[in-house]
Amino acid sequence: MRIELVKRPERSKLFSALSPFIAFALTIIAGAILFAALGKNPLTALYTYFIDPITQVWQLHELAIKAAPLILIAVGLAVCYRANVWNIGAEGQFVMGAVAGSVLPVMFPETVGWWVLPAMLLMGAAGGAAYASIPAFLKTRFNTNEILTSLMLVYVAQLFLDWLVRGWWKDPAAYNFPQSVQFNPSAVLPELAPMSGRANWGFIFAIIAAVLVWLMLSKMLKGFEIRVLGSSPRAGRFAGFQQSHVVFFAFLISGALAGLAGISEVSGAIGQLQPSISPGYGFTAIIVAFLGRLNPLGIVAAGLVLALTYLGGEAAQTALGVSDKVARVFQGMLLFFVLASDTLIHYRIRIAGLGAKSSEAA
Amino acid sequence: MDITVNILLTIATAATPLLIAAIGELVVERSGVLNLGVEGMMIMGAVCGFGAAYLTGSPWIGVLAAIVAGALFSLLFAFMALTLATNQVATGLSLTILGLGLSGMIGTNFVGLPGVRLPNLYIPGLSDLPIVGKLLFGQDPLFYASIALVFAVSWFLFRTRKGLMLRSIGDSHSSAHALGIPVIRYRYLAVMFGGACAGLAGGHLSLVYTPQWVENMTAGRGWIALALVVFASWRPLRVLAGAYIFGAVWIGQLHAQAFGIPVPSQFLSALPYLATIVVLVLISRNKRLTMMNTPASLGQAFVPDR
Repeated sequence: MRIELVKRPERSKLFSALSPFIAFALTIIAGAILFAALGKNPLTALYTYFIDPITQVWQLHELAIKAAPLILIAVGLAVCYRANVWNIGAEGQFVMGAVAGSVLPVMFPETVGWWVLPAMLLMGAAGGAAYASIPAFLKTRFNTNEILTSLMLVYVAQLFLDWLVRGWWKDPAAYNFPQSVQFNPSAVLPELAPMSGRANWGFIFAIIAAVLVWLMLSKMLKGFEIRVLGSSPRAGRFAGFQQSHVVFFAFLISGALAGLAGISEVSGAIGQLQPSISPGYGFTAIIVAFLGRLNPLGIVAAGLVLALTYLGGEAAQTALGVSDKVARVFQGMLLFFVLASDTLIHYRIRIAGLGAKSSEAA
Repeated sequence: MDITVNILLTIATAATPLLIAAIGELVVERSGVLNLGVEGMMIMGAVCGFGAAYLTGSPWIGVLAAIVAGALFSLLFAFMALTLATNQVATGLSLTILGLGLSGMIGTNFVGLPGVRLPNLYIPGLSDLPIVGKLLFGQDPLFYASIALVFAVSWFLFRTRKGLMLRSIGDSHSSAHALGIPVIRYRYLAVMFGGACAGLAGGHLSLVYTPQWVENMTAGRGWIALALVVFASWRPLRVLAGAYIFGAVWIGQLHAQAFGIPVPSQFLSALPYLATIVVLVLISRNKRLTMMNTPASLGQAFVPDR
């Protein structure tokens, strides 16, 4: 028995729409098996994981808090991956954005005023973009593989943040805890509806970014350029599109959005700098981008799903006593199943070798 | 003199996992497949190796478990990328994400447990010789295995018919297919060899380098191994050189931290990653060299026309 792929004459619209749902269904099934293997009742476990964390209003706020950075980063990554530019260092750009945006509230904590927050957000986006420009520069100037450089820079950024909060930027009043000073109120991202939960403006930024990037990709020349160079570099060159411009553009956009996500997270959900400010948002956003089919609007939905895997992981840890690493497992499986389902868009699958007849019939 | 010998020994210990993982990935990439899941396969090898050794008390069973775990885990990638022709970059990434998660789950109960260390080689007489004794005859068994692997792979790729076929697949899978070479089967075997090597490299970390289980203990070594393959321009002996240079950087920064050099430890810890970037830039700026050596169909999915 052998699995064979048969190319479809054109991409299947049906599976293009269905594949994220197929992937999600397969993940649920695999999750049930996983929980059963861990000795838990699969149905209760799945309920605890996927339903229980979103039954109350304040929990929806938590969902929005987790979804905001995922959507912001993934929207930028979608631009990169559409252009066939492999930025996998968003985690580092997120951290550097958080650092750059924190310069004001940490070094000048007395500064107050309406302009503080906008300035922080701008500096955060600029910091992320600047950090992302390193792999872009190395790729365009020296032809260096951007996958490896952008990833290596993640470790560097994390160590840099670690040094800041244990050294230069350590709050002297924090009893030697590795953390910066608490941001003053005018440097804190306001909550959307403080009466019902903690969700902050970060989620609104994410939605705005998704809509803007969607418009850019689908309605503007720049978006067309990105799609052409991504799917057929040769055709793009004939059209006079500059590969190096698009590489820079993609890296800068995704770096800026990751940086914005970083400073929003620090000034919103956390309120100060710590050695670790992200549970791997930059990597999970890669899954979000693919689950959203590299479409910014799909990414909003996908971001909510992946945010739920984080909440479910925490719930599973407290209610079921399984490791919170189960969240990572779910995320990894989800990406696997998305990629596998995507095969159905371009190919029909034929099981061959059951007998000559069956392969002829197909 | 003793200090020099000790430093050389620690460099060898730091270089060995990089070397094993990189030589495996080199074979994978020579066959035209880019598996970015090295980090994930390595960490699975580390946790399974540690677990098996701890439960049975035998480090050799640990080594075996690490190899098997890496190879089995790579099958997941092979099925996706080869049978279902998925995007190799994304599939490799998901293998890494899944590996980091699964290993964390498997290893929950191993945290803080005392490990079992693979004993060093000891040949009476030879191992007691001054200087060369320890360097040549007194290291851990996987050190010798890693050196043997390099030469075996080099011989296989450039001196055997099967190696030639593997390289031809990497350079042009459609031509190889037209000649009747079973492209997918070769690639499956190459990916599994790479997985076994990555698993063994992880096993080295949890059975020799630091005989314990710590979450994310691979600390990016899988990615550095990937960079080493590029650095070596897909040549086994250059991987050997590269792994030892990186081992030296890794150990050098640790020693610098221990000696209390007045530079924040985080900056020194960042050195191996920065060195990787610098080295990649130096290699890739020479376009002709990379163009000539990169397997031409690296990273492209192959679906046979029928």
